[in-house]
Amino acid sequence: MTRHLLQVFRRYNWKDNILAYALLLPSLIFLVIFTFYPMIKVLDLSFYESVMNERRFAGLELYGHVLRDEVFLKVLRNNMLLALVTVPVSILLALYMAVWVNGKLRGRSLIRAAFFYPTLIPMIAIANIWLFIYTPDYGLLDKFLGLFGIEGPNWLGDPAWVLVSMMGMLIWKESGYFMIFFLAGLQVLPKEIYQAAELDGAGPLRKFRTITLPLVMPTTLFVLIIATTNSFKLVDHLYIMTKGGPNNASNLLLYHIYETAFSFWDMGKASVLTVILLVILLVISVFYYGYLDKRIHY
Amino acid sequence: MNQIAISILAILFAVPLIWAAVTSITPSDEMLTRANPFAVSHPTFNNYVAAWQTIPFPVYYWNTLLIVAGVLVVQLLTATLAAYAFARLRFLGQSLLFILFLVQIMIPPDILIFPNYTIMKDLHLIDTKWAIIIPFWASSFGIFLLRQTFKQIPYELDEASRVDGCRWWQSLWHVYLPSARPTYIAFALISISTHWSNFMWPLIVTDSVHNRPLTVGIAIFAQSSETGAQWGTVTAATLMVIAPLLIAFFFFQKQFVESFMHAGIK
Repeated sequence: MTRHLLQVFRRYNWKDNILAYALLLPSLIFLVIFTFYPMIKVLDLSFYESVMNERRFAGLELYGHVLRDEVFLKVLRNNMLLALVTVPVSILLALYMAVWVNGKLRGRSLIRAAFFYPTLIPMIAIANIWLFIYTPDYGLLDKFLGLFGIEGPNWLGDPAWVLVSMMGMLIWKESGYFMIFFLAGLQVLPKEIYQAAELDGAGPLRKFRTITLPLVMPTTLFVLIIATTNSFKLVDHLYIMTKGGPNNASNLLLYHIYETAFSFWDMGKASVLTVILLVILLVISVFYYGYLDKRIHY
Repeated sequence: MNQIAISILAILFAVPLIWAAVTSITPSDEMLTRANPFAVSHPTFNNYVAAWQTIPFPVYYWNTLLIVAGVLVVQLLTATLAAYAFARLRFLGQSLLFILFLVQIMIPPDILIFPNYTIMKDLHLIDTKWAIIIPFWASSFGIFLLRQTFKQIPYELDEASRVDGCRWWQSLWHVYLPSARPTYIAFALISISTHWSNFMWPLIVTDSVHNRPLTVGIAIFAQSSETGAQWGTVTAATLMVIAPLLIAFFFFQKQFVESFMHAGIK
């Protein structure tokens, strides 16, 4: 064992080792303080209930409360539903946009810009604009539907519609971002294969299904991960548009943490909720690094 | 056929921005009476004037600029050093450390709002711009992006500069930095738009006008005005917040898209 270790040590150049660690140190300091330490700290806090400024050890008791809490279950369900709809839809839309924007098109850079700009602007700004778009009767959406004699529902006020409305907005915001990744992926595809396929008389649909789709799979998997984690991260719009309502119908996990921690000052519960969100994200990343990484070559 | 379909989709995507621009120049008495939401009979800049007079824009712009610059400058430095180490040096625990770094891409400080708030409180930094800036001084995304680029730079270039008597920092400066220019531009634009847009974290750690960024400022303003007559002012204010980003994107669009394509994000 020791001999093996010694061999490992000798293989490394000590000057390189010291230099490498010196170069990594600045990043490492901030990573430890604001990512790793808080993760451990919040796990610790989640075992304590705070009552009137006093900490009481509660063990797993708070987890029991949270997991049986109807509001939490509703929020979790909302978030899962949001991910299940927005992730595949925005990825498919992004792929569609990328394939065409990559080819010869009139006004290509203008079209690219139209797809990409929503990604760039703050969620708060988007929420301000879409709040007005979704306003009943006067809003842009209802005015448009009015042209066809359709009367829209109360987009943000109806519990049955609010999450759907949010999904529409998020797909609009995110698709352009994913399009850029697909565009990058499409650039490296070998042109010869397409030329050969064309000689064989393959149509655009067959070329897409048999060549493009398999070759952009690594990009798709990468985008899948970003999209999934984003669906747990994008919550700023709730502050402007619904505050999670009506009756928590649009509430999401991170916003629920924000309310629990900074409106109700329930430290124990906020910690438990954060730990649960971390577990969800870590499961996704383990899936990524453990399963998908083998299929992606950096 | 495809040209038409994709063009319609693009127009659909552009509509909210166009509509916001039209609304921002619509006088308030026309706002609710107009039948066509894209028609303005008396375009006016009054909404911009009103927004500028109600919201302390100069303070908010300055704060946002300081925050964005304060994050970016340090990020560029820390990311460059770490990316060089990961790309060109061999050291003990390299792959383990790399995985640890990548965790931050999945779990950015924004997710850890509650524990990071308590840390800021312990550091006595609540209601300072530092509290908004410091948590983002290390960017795994930047490190990852630069590492990809550095790895693609031919090793011979590095060796040639060594033969000429360059130390590692000199070859980093003369060989790596110039070759990675497009990646730096792509990363800078992403970092700027991310921190220009950041809302939840600044909302939590600041509570005074002289530390608040633009996003928190207009959110508070928008909350105080919910009637249709004030749409004009809110959209005007919103456009003033996003204008610098759109202008920067417009100028760097080509470089931005290209650098993304060459940065090896696939």
